[in-house]
Amino acid sequence: MTLEILAVDDSRTMRDMIRLALLPSGFTVHTADDGVHGVEVLDGITPDAIITDINMPRMDGFGFIDAVRGQEKHRSTPILVLTTEAAPELKQRARVAGATGWIVKPFDPVKLVKALQMVAG
Amino acid sequence: MTDTQSPQSIELLTFQLADQEYSLDIMSVREIRGWTRATPLPHAPKFMKGVINLRGTVLPVMDLAQRLGLAAREQNDRNVIIVVKHEETMTGLLVDAVSDIIALTSDDLQPPPELSSGTANGVVNALTLIDDRMIRVLDLAATINDTECAAA
Amino acid sequence: MTVDNDPMAEIRASFFIENEELLEALQDGLQLMDDGAADNETINVVFRAVHSIKGGAGAFGLEGLVHFAHRYETVLDEVRAGRLQVETEALKVFFQAADHLSDLVRISRDNDPLPDEETEVLLKALDAFLGDTGPVSGTAEEDIEFQPMGLSLDLDLPVDGTADLPDLDALPPLDLGPVTTTYEITFAPQADLFDTGNEPATLLRNLQQLGTAKVTCDSSRLPPLDQLRPDVPHLSWTVILQTDVEESEIVSIFEFVEGLCQLDIKKQGEPDGRDLPPLPDLPPVEPTMAEHRETLPQTPIEVTPAPSAPVDDPVSTVAAPTQPAQATAPTAAKSVVRVDLDRIERLVNLVGELVINQAMLSQSLEHSGLSPHSDAMSGLEEFQRLTRDIQDSVMMIRAQPVKSLFQRMSRIVREASAAVEKDVRLVTTGEATEVDKTVIERLADPLTHMIRNAVDHGLETKEERLAAGKPAQGKVNLSAAHRSGRVVIEIADDGAGIDRPKVLQLAIDKGLIPPDSNLTDTEIDNLLFLPGFSTAATVSNLSGRGVGMDVVRTSIQALGGRITTTSLPGQGTTFSISLPLTLAVLDGMVIEVAEETLVLPLNLVIETLTLQRGDVEMVRPGRNVVRVRSGFVPLFDLGAALGYRPPLDDFEGSVVLLIANEDETNAALLIDNILDQRQVEIKGLDESFYRAPGIAAATILGDGQIALILDPSDIISTAIPKPGLSQTSSDAGVPA
Repeated sequence: MTLEILAVDDSRTMRDMIRLALLPSGFTVHTADDGVHGVEVLDGITPDAIITDINMPRMDGFGFIDAVRGQEKHRSTPILVLTTEAAPELKQRARVAGATGWIVKPFDPVKLVKALQMVAG
Repeated sequence: MTDTQSPQSIELLTFQLADQEYSLDIMSVREIRGWTRATPLPHAPKFMKGVINLRGTVLPVMDLAQRLGLAAREQNDRNVIIVVKHEETMTGLLVDAVSDIIALTSDDLQPPPELSSGTANGVVNALTLIDDRMIRVLDLAATINDTECAAA
Repeated sequence: MTVDNDPMAEIRASFFIENEELLEALQDGLQLMDDGAADNETINVVFRAVHSIKGGAGAFGLEGLVHFAHRYETVLDEVRAGRLQVETEALKVFFQAADHLSDLVRISRDNDPLPDEETEVLLKALDAFLGDTGPVSGTAEEDIEFQPMGLSLDLDLPVDGTADLPDLDALPPLDLGPVTTTYEITFAPQADLFDTGNEPATLLRNLQQLGTAKVTCDSSRLPPLDQLRPDVPHLSWTVILQTDVEESEIVSIFEFVEGLCQLDIKKQGEPDGRDLPPLPDLPPVEPTMAEHRETLPQTPIEVTPAPSAPVDDPVSTVAAPTQPAQATAPTAAKSVVRVDLDRIERLVNLVGELVINQAMLSQSLEHSGLSPHSDAMSGLEEFQRLTRDIQDSVMMIRAQPVKSLFQRMSRIVREASAAVEKDVRLVTTGEATEVDKTVIERLADPLTHMIRNAVDHGLETKEERLAAGKPAQGKVNLSAAHRSGRVVIEIADDGAGIDRPKVLQLAIDKGLIPPDSNLTDTEIDNLLFLPGFSTAATVSNLSGRGVGMDVVRTSIQALGGRITTTSLPGQGTTFSISLPLTLAVLDGMVIEVAEETLVLPLNLVIETLTLQRGDVEMVRPGRNVVRVRSGFVPLFDLGAALGYRPPLDDFEGSVVLLIANEDETNAALLIDNILDQRQVEIKGLDESFYRAPGIAAATILGDGQIALILDPSDIISTAIPKPGLSQTSSDAGVPA
């Protein structure tokens, strides 16, 4: 199934890895470097799901999720958070901010694809 | 030196030096150029002919006969420069003429007899016989690296 | 060899490039903190740098790197959260940790063995800052799938509720081959489920994909239409699912909505007799999720925003606002293209050939007798101008700021000063100055040596400094600037200056100069550049053996540059390196000596003279001087000095070039002819098996011939015969 994804991460390596994991499954992948950039890029696309890192300059993951959820048309867009820790407080915080789910880094490409397919329907 | 398991196949470039025949593993040969005048380097040892322009890079050229302590001979435009590469460095070897490329296996090589004379010792690491001619196989590393033993 | 075929390899390569940038940002941040110029954002930059390195390292399975980065990050997180104050001791450890991180990155990249001992030492140092709290909880690195508590069990979960769900692990694996089981799943979303972008429809669809499902919806709680609110859930569903998959897969579908719904999964036809580890009696009624939560010991979840999150903090909390601009300027703003270095190499070589070709063309056209005013000739001029522009532009592609080099020097200073127990501070200026990438690489070793020298020999000990009324902390200034078409890099220390009497004596003792030498200060300073010279009475483990200032000078010259020294006793020493702006291009005077064509750096030539009889006087055999206006200047017969021919007897009619020697004296070079004056491209000479004295490099002329580029100072110093002493030449092959 071809899904359109927006991936926001300040690490170029991460962005490359996400692309590498998703493109073979036929996904269309847009990327952004941080929260502010993410909001800009989001403006021009209609992604089926969003992946975002937490720790980013200018606007971090929480701020970004807030901003996205603040937009009417994106109140229900699935957002997955990339986290290097499985700390419950982080997940809780992400959820409170409006994240749909999470993916732990380093991620397994298969799991990432599956998770996106599950949340994006 | 020789692999006792299974004979390896080798290709050698053979060339003339003074009145002897030598050869080099073709794997180290990058190209063969006709004679060009080399720009001499000040106070250089006799075997150091100078440098030539190899497509925009400066290539040092070694007079192989001098290096091996063989009789010096006439420089003429039939001389050939064999460009070799050894461990990232390119060098030109000035020889009289290039003969042939021959294919052999390691079985065809024999170790050189213990020679007591001269600087040729240590730079020839094998001998082979082709059509009754003795061809010396040059040890490139020893030739290029061990310049201390050069005849002054 | 390209890595195009393996995208992972390409990303790996790119990862290590990214790491360089991250390490640089880390250094910058720590430096700001050291300078007291940090703001709120600085610690975030520092944290993120280490965090990102860890993230990427995890993706490539670089365990050693992940391990260290993680602990470092943990301490930095404490600082970021305001729980740890940073002062000098901590910063020192942070700098060391940053250096070690840099080492680990390099080691991981090259697959070298990990320096476990050093790592342990640093980890201990880092852990010391965590004090009683120890490594913060929740830093477990395992890939934990947070399983929802969707089972109707009365469980007593451990305090942090994450790692262990013993029931799931203890469930015996179903190894009976695909067994179709029927499950009854009831699912009632709560309001906050919708806030997260989760969708019951999606969840149900995902369930349906696991097998055959029969879904019934319970709408009994629906209020009348006028009270219906779209975001308040009133529906619940029951799904009868026949599936082959394991229960854990069903559970995993609801992974993200655990706590946001009431969920119950029950196997049909097996009321309570499932294979479960011995547990207390199960209550007959399946408690709902809500009830479950109440029975669970509260996990210490803090939902209050961490004080460190910059987004939440109002800007006014920045107590002492300093310009964050310097180190934290976002590089995202610049539009940048990443290019394979090989491609640039090829382009540079092609342009080099273009320049040579253009020169050859010029020559042919000039010799063809065309009028200088013809279209062809003016076209040629334009062509020359364009070629030079292209060459300049291409050379600048490889230009990079010297910052990364200077940061390496920071580390050298840190290590060097620790090794000799001196307090030294490195001050850098002009880090943004751009220099060709190759130059930067080839400057690393010479600069390292000079910095170490400055710390080891140039600067006095604390006691000496204090006694001399200087601050205990020694300073080394490292600067880079563009100056009249060249790049000037200076290393200045505020130490004791060159001990000239000692240097002079040492040179005499080593037989480098005659005992009765009377040298100017500058001449003495330049003795340092003689091969084999070392003023160290004991060779410290720092400066090492065998890397002398002569090697430094040779390296600089090979880049087309020059190095000079100035020193004031008691105040300090400055080394000044001047390099061509674009790599390896030189304005040269093309001359002829003994039928050889050579090139002399134009900036050294003061004037040219044609000799008349009587201009030359012999001071002593082998030493001539030439009269220049009111004075005499030593004359060197280049043809003889270079060994091309025996010394000339008759100088009449020869051309003499008056040149500036490095020690600020003048010298005169005797040549046959001046041929031309032009810009030439410097080609390095491979010195692996012969280093020619007096030659700095080579160039390729318009006719394709190679012309050697002279180093007059070297010629002069080796040409001066020193009675009774052997030549102090480090070259092989020079006749004794």
